[in-house]
Amino acid sequence: MSQIKSPSRRAFLKASAAAGGGLVIGVTLPQAFAAAPATTSMPNAWVKIGSDNTVTILSARSEMGQGVYTAMPTLVAEELEVDLHKIKVEIAPAGEVYINALLGGQLTGGSTSVADGYDKLRVAGAQARMMLVSAAAQKWGVDESKCTARNGSVTGPKGAHATYGQLAEAASKLPVPKDPKLKDAKNFRYVGKPVKRLDTAAKVNGTAEFGIDVKLPGMLYASLAQCPVIGGKVVSFDAARAKAMPGVKHVVQITDGVAVVADSWWQARTARDSIDIKWDEGPAKAMSSETVAAGLKAAAAKPGAVFKKQGDVDGAMKGAAKTLEASYEMPFLSHSPMEPMNFTADVKKDSCLLYGPTQFQQMAEGVAAQMLGMKPAQITVKTTFLGGGFGRRIDVDFVAQAIEISKAVGAPVKLVWTREDDMTHDFYRPTSLHQISGGLDAAGKPVAMKFHLTSSSVTARLFPPFVKDGLDPFMLEAAAVPYDIPNQLADSLIYETGLRVGYWRSVSHALNAFANESFIDEMALAAGKDPYEFRRAMLDQKPRLKNVLELAAAKAGWGKPLPPGRFRGIGVMEGYGTSMAQVAEISVSGGKVRVHRVVVAADLGRMVNPNIVRQQIESSVNFGLSAALYGEITLKDGRIEQTNFDKYPVVRMPESPTVEAHLVESTEKPGGIGEPATALISPVVANAVFAATGKRLRKLPLRLA
Amino acid sequence: MISFTVNGKKVQADVAPDTPLLWVVRDTLGMTGTKFGCGAQLCGACTVHVNGMPVRSCGTKVSDVEGKKVSTIEAVGKTPAGRAIQAAWVQHDVPQCGYCQSGQIMSAVALLESKPHPTDAEIDKAMDGNICRCGTYQRIRAAIHTAAATKTKGA
Repeated sequence: MSQIKSPSRRAFLKASAAAGGGLVIGVTLPQAFAAAPATTSMPNAWVKIGSDNTVTILSARSEMGQGVYTAMPTLVAEELEVDLHKIKVEIAPAGEVYINALLGGQLTGGSTSVADGYDKLRVAGAQARMMLVSAAAQKWGVDESKCTARNGSVTGPKGAHATYGQLAEAASKLPVPKDPKLKDAKNFRYVGKPVKRLDTAAKVNGTAEFGIDVKLPGMLYASLAQCPVIGGKVVSFDAARAKAMPGVKHVVQITDGVAVVADSWWQARTARDSIDIKWDEGPAKAMSSETVAAGLKAAAAKPGAVFKKQGDVDGAMKGAAKTLEASYEMPFLSHSPMEPMNFTADVKKDSCLLYGPTQFQQMAEGVAAQMLGMKPAQITVKTTFLGGGFGRRIDVDFVAQAIEISKAVGAPVKLVWTREDDMTHDFYRPTSLHQISGGLDAAGKPVAMKFHLTSSSVTARLFPPFVKDGLDPFMLEAAAVPYDIPNQLADSLIYETGLRVGYWRSVSHALNAFANESFIDEMALAAGKDPYEFRRAMLDQKPRLKNVLELAAAKAGWGKPLPPGRFRGIGVMEGYGTSMAQVAEISVSGGKVRVHRVVVAADLGRMVNPNIVRQQIESSVNFGLSAALYGEITLKDGRIEQTNFDKYPVVRMPESPTVEAHLVESTEKPGGIGEPATALISPVVANAVFAATGKRLRKLPLRLA
Repeated sequence: MISFTVNGKKVQADVAPDTPLLWVVRDTLGMTGTKFGCGAQLCGACTVHVNGMPVRSCGTKVSDVEGKKVSTIEAVGKTPAGRAIQAAWVQHDVPQCGYCQSGQIMSAVALLESKPHPTDAEIDKAMDGNICRCGTYQRIRAAIHTAAATKTKGA
């Protein structure tokens, strides 16, 4: 997902002036803080200071590997003047103040956390610091200009000294300063530096709390049988055997299936298999990968809604010395984070606690409010670490299930899916068909390009107001090529296949970049030009992109000889406010593609933590490589055929390439880095496969046999 | 009642004998550092040591560890190899989401205990059963080499 300029939220997301970002202080704090100990003061919604000098900084974004647990507090701590490595971090509860202004909800996604928080969190840190300084100045009866804040203390004239803990209570009663002056970048202690992550220690000794680790007093464990065909309903079931099994406390029917609730998860999971359930599988039972592909192809015959029109494409095509056309196809994909879906709910008569891994606190809260007829203030959302998200945990189906089960049995319940549940009941990355044609003049210069996309819309399901005039902005990312091609016509068509779809790391960038960057390589070949030089010649209007292309080519040694059996592919993409180029070095043996080295050059504007940026680039390349080489979800009789990692392989250590990230020093506004490399790796590897074999693979995953 | 040792402590579990060790460790004993990833010995998130050998606890019946010594992520820092691996993981900023890392660390520690200076090929072989969806593999590789070097120095 990329940034949305004018958010229009769903009805249950309350409209709020705070959503615009900027000043966050002074708003009513979320209910969760009402119970905070008396010794803790909160100058604002982002900072808690204990009388024992403990400084806790809240991250309003979920930590799912991307580093916000470190990066968000870094922005606050920089201006607050505290030692980043001495603070505590908490993930914020649901609350208006924590809304991501770029997405219009308290949502972690779209590689937007830093872009949204870069100014907002520094302002919040600066305001809190100024309030602490004012409190000190008042205490000592001196002018604020004589006081300095540093390392969690304020010092003043004649050796006056007070810790933040001693000042916090008085500070939190002071008015919030307007327009605080922020530090000049050259004075940053933490921002822009490769600071160590704050969550590493807990993640190497087993103490980090993930959703699956949640434990509440009196908690029971649940396993849920869902219809093997997504969307099917329970007709009837016989749970006599299950109820007699050890540890089983309840067997309850909920909207999505039949849940067994037991003293331990293994008991619940075992008993679940003994229930005889009759399902109404619904119309989707007739679906197969063949029917989906045929439907997509038939739908693509119709024209779509135009999103880019420039010059006269038909005229330019007629006048072209050479024309070419090609179709590219992408399969459904599963997210498959390492932690299977799970959530803990404790529904009481007039309150509800939701505790677990979610990317979308506000939606979890909203769904609970709707289901239980409660006000948001009666619902508490506690977010654990996420064992991967990748977009799957934007959806809250498993949260709603936990709520229903807890309500039915009158106890706190932890619902844990099996890996098979997770893979067969995902919201899949949409399948897509891209039909592209292009024209070259006699000199081999591209003069026309036509792009027709047919795919499904996640946004139509999750955020319908964003789909306007037949166009879903989250289908169109990286769909218009960045190149200077004078005549262009691009349109897209929304076609629902019947299988539910979800946002998947890098969303439509991945679909469109594969098609476009493969096609540009095909154009280069038709023009008889080097793929790097061909791209470079069309990027004069895009200096940042041209720069990273040149950087990646130089670092990868583009054009220089390689050892025998090694080949290169190249590509560029703009996405999330980031310009990126990649060069992959591969070999092909026995029909298998092996990616050895990936050189990534990225210009993402100002960075909060270049170390985390590098981690994210390494991560995104591997995640995208799993999709490029292996990823494919298929359907038969309405059922997902892949159930576990044996049938849905992902990149493992031996197949993992060396990733080299080259980062451009930039003062441009911060872009996102959690996703773009995932999108770009597929075409770059496909282009290398062409260099190695002369075979143009236009379908993912890349298969030579 | 099944008796065995976990991290040096004798424990007894009153569970069905075919209950996977994973769920006994997590739910019965309350040690949640060991993770559930696939339930089919395909991802390695549940890796623990039984008598010093790395095993997938999701596919190991608790009755199979009767009288044996189980060690988990919670105590891995008590061994020289475990300490070196954890320190190297921190030095290289290996974890991202972190969910698979308990299993990665248990596999890496077992590797170092059997091969103090593993080659890249030996690392590939030993770590092939541990999936990381965040793709931290190159840092894991570097961290194993670092741990191998520091362990030698420290020992």
